[in-house]
Amino acid sequence: MTYIKPAFRHPKAPVNDLGWTRQDYEGGLSTLCAGCGHDSISAAIVDACFQLNIEPHRVAKLSGIGCSSKTPAYFLSGSHSFNSVHGRMPSVATGANLANRDLIYIGVSGDGDTASIGLGQFAHGARRNLNMTYIVENNGCYGLTKGQDSATMDTGSVNKKGDRNLSTPMDVARLAIEVGATFVGRSFSGDKEQLVPLIKAALSHRGFALLDVISPCVTFNNHAGSYKSYEYFRSVKEVMPLDFVPVREEITASYASGTTCEVRMHDGSMVRLHKQDSDHDIEDRQSALQAIAHHESQGKVLTGLLYIDRDSEELHDQLGTARRPLNTLTEQELCPGSKFLDSINAGLR
Amino acid sequence: MQPKQAINDFVIKFANVNGTGSASANGMFAKAIFRMGIPVSPRNIFPSNIQGMPTWYEVRVSQDGYLGRRGGTDIMVCVNPQSMAQDVAGLEPGGYFVYDNTKPLEPRFLRDDIHYIGLPLTEICLREYTDARQRLLFKNVIYVGALAALLNIDFTILKDLVSDQFKGKERLITPNIYALELGYQHAQANFSCPLSIHLERGHKVAKHIEDFDNILMDGNTAAALGAVYAGATVAAWYPITPSTSVVDAFDTYCRRLRIDPGTGKKNYAIVQAEDELSAMGMVIGANWNGARAFTATSGPGVSLMSEFLGLAYFAEVPAVLIDVQRAGPSTGMPTRTQQSDILAAAYASHGDTKHVLLFPATPAECFSMTVEAFDLAERLQTPIIIMSDLDLGMNEWMSPPLEFDDSYRYDRGKVLDADALEAMTERFGRYLDVDGDGIPYRTYPGAHPSKGAYFTRGTSRDEYAAYTEDGQAYVRNMDRLLKKFETAKQLVPEPKLKEAEMETRNGAVFFGTTASPAYEAIEILEKEGICIDTLRIRSFPFNEDVEQFIREHDRIFVIEQNRDGQMRRLLLNETSVPVKDRLIPILEYDGLPVTARKIAGMIRNFITLGNVTPITRRAQAEEISA
Repeated sequence: MTYIKPAFRHPKAPVNDLGWTRQDYEGGLSTLCAGCGHDSISAAIVDACFQLNIEPHRVAKLSGIGCSSKTPAYFLSGSHSFNSVHGRMPSVATGANLANRDLIYIGVSGDGDTASIGLGQFAHGARRNLNMTYIVENNGCYGLTKGQDSATMDTGSVNKKGDRNLSTPMDVARLAIEVGATFVGRSFSGDKEQLVPLIKAALSHRGFALLDVISPCVTFNNHAGSYKSYEYFRSVKEVMPLDFVPVREEITASYASGTTCEVRMHDGSMVRLHKQDSDHDIEDRQSALQAIAHHESQGKVLTGLLYIDRDSEELHDQLGTARRPLNTLTEQELCPGSKFLDSINAGLR
Repeated sequence: MQPKQAINDFVIKFANVNGTGSASANGMFAKAIFRMGIPVSPRNIFPSNIQGMPTWYEVRVSQDGYLGRRGGTDIMVCVNPQSMAQDVAGLEPGGYFVYDNTKPLEPRFLRDDIHYIGLPLTEICLREYTDARQRLLFKNVIYVGALAALLNIDFTILKDLVSDQFKGKERLITPNIYALELGYQHAQANFSCPLSIHLERGHKVAKHIEDFDNILMDGNTAAALGAVYAGATVAAWYPITPSTSVVDAFDTYCRRLRIDPGTGKKNYAIVQAEDELSAMGMVIGANWNGARAFTATSGPGVSLMSEFLGLAYFAEVPAVLIDVQRAGPSTGMPTRTQQSDILAAAYASHGDTKHVLLFPATPAECFSMTVEAFDLAERLQTPIIIMSDLDLGMNEWMSPPLEFDDSYRYDRGKVLDADALEAMTERFGRYLDVDGDGIPYRTYPGAHPSKGAYFTRGTSRDEYAAYTEDGQAYVRNMDRLLKKFETAKQLVPEPKLKEAEMETRNGAVFFGTTASPAYEAIEILEKEGICIDTLRIRSFPFNEDVEQFIREHDRIFVIEQNRDGQMRRLLLNETSVPVKDRLIPILEYDGLPVTARKIAGMIRNFITLGNVTPITRRAQAEEISA
């Protein structure tokens, strides 16, 4: 591992429509363990933003506490970032979004941050349909405090100390669907082919987009007996591949008919996915929950875009806030002045 | 015993059952006195309940303009049989006991040193109304009508108030005025009106109130209006007594003032959060992103918000928090007042933290200090906590009119916008003390395509916002935060000094709602020859004026409404008081607003006997000294 990130740029490095290279979307050097799944997710976020031609300064990155929550330092160094307190990222993201609805909000959290200490805020962020992409980097354990079980650890999974977990795991994807998230996907840090388009679709979604990304902890939860190890997860994941087709781009990928499904996103872009099961209607909440449960009963974990509600009302729609970001309103527009105060005083006599 | 004689100077208390509509009738009674030009201070003493429990409404009438509680009751209007025993016992000798004599009074409620005024309220209601709800509601209006005759309230004012109250529901005006007349005529026909205790319009009033341009307003509404004037666009909150009406009022004003005329959309956002933690998180997120945002809560909410207050302090994010204090600890007495969050607010969160506190004493200050709080929060990039309380927040206070200077401009603090960033040649250091005042420059997310982005965090960082565990960098940052707190001393509202007529080495320090009864107590004592200079603290950190006041007095009574003398402890901690004993705690914490008599009694005892009577024995002592 090197400690200085090379500043060298290949003169012929490809650029996106903004004229920026992929390197322009990178962040500082990761201090996570070598091989950590989280770094792959950071790389996928970089790819997604580069490919979507997002201006980094139009993104705000938010996180809680834990290994996952350190990662906003490792991508999009041109974006403002807020590393808040443990389990409380959703509320900070909500406030930020209320102040300026025009930025793109990416939240990164972990399984401890989301499924334990922050379960309430996570659920309420989802039910308000806050317009953000919320990525859970899910490794089933507390890495930064050396490997304690988290609430997403599967029943029967064995931890580093050799203890078998007997509690029921919290499935953040299912929970998100239940409480009102309008875009729910699951993926694997080791499956870039699926993860990058899924992040692109999530970023293009208007509303609360949750991505539960299984991201093995190489140090504390990658051993035999762990259900969140690279090896084990590879053996149980049931992949629904998908393509993300930006606005106005020609669709090239092709899948066998019957299980292929195309979803037009709010912004005009398209998600094309290949389902495992033709009965799975990804625009139907109950059907999505059934598909997840069905695979689980087979000992499998379904990954891909699980559920989407394309035309939902996000928080600003619910509140009826003006189109213009609240943080651009001027003193003149906001302050009623002394004349109005005279009328207030008159009414209080 | 002869009835007490008093014109424009008495305490009347109503004993009601909550949920029976008494609050609006009682409010009308107080407002009528206010409109007669006589200083009045009404207080709701209510239970944490919606229907069926005892509730009281105490109205002090004071021609001298004393707005704090005096102590004692001269007229008791008893409409609630549940609390009759204590209501009879609470009346001062020579006072009047007004009750419903539809049924004869039990002998155990008879005292020979008070005077009984029986009104057949139930009988009149049974005769006049068939609907059970109407019988309940109009009973309140009938006794207000009777009191108008007994106390000489201008009847036309009452009629106007009824019309004001039912604007939009005009069909209710006539029946309400009819009910007022039922009571009025009964009293006129059966008693010699007015009583020896009564009101007189134009009688010499208002020593302390310069002109009668005053308004009657509660502190929570005033604070909400302050937030509107300060340009707050985001409010996040969780319902909790006694702060709920802050955001309710903000909502009401915004619906009137902040709707975009073109689209009908809102130029504000109010979110009811899932808890106080989240409410504060939203406030921090919005402020970080360049909107002015606030929340309102009470003690239990402050406990939950402490984690986030520590983050905002350390990460240097503005935030405005209105703490309407109630009796703690824990759930405490949710509908009773106290000033007991002082230390919890001043030092909220783990680690080394200090927060800027403002202490309003009147609705006018709730308004002006809330406006100021947003400036301070952005100037200092830190949370500002406005320390109101239930007494100020939920009761209507006679207050000077709200004022706003149109030439005033918001101070949005040190923010580098796109142009400033563009022009910048040196590297942007988010936590760099460029000006030597401890306050760094910040940028809003999205401000500039390539400059000014930084990482906000609750972890230690260097001047350029990069994570570091270097002890030196950590210390530099912590010391800069302390320097910033020093800078705050020059920016926060200064204390108000009031010197005694004769030179004295006695001082008294108080703040918030303790001010009114404390000023009155000091005047009571001055008449007895005990002179005391006073200092009303209006903010923390304490500036040089506070230090000087402590230096110049040998003994300083610190008067406050909590058990532990929290302001006294804060003064001991944060000023250079040479001897601990110099600060003498004068404390009240039974949940009711402290009275002038109690304060005067405690200080008198200390000066004459050398000690302060403990609260358990104070009730008797106070009655004796009265």
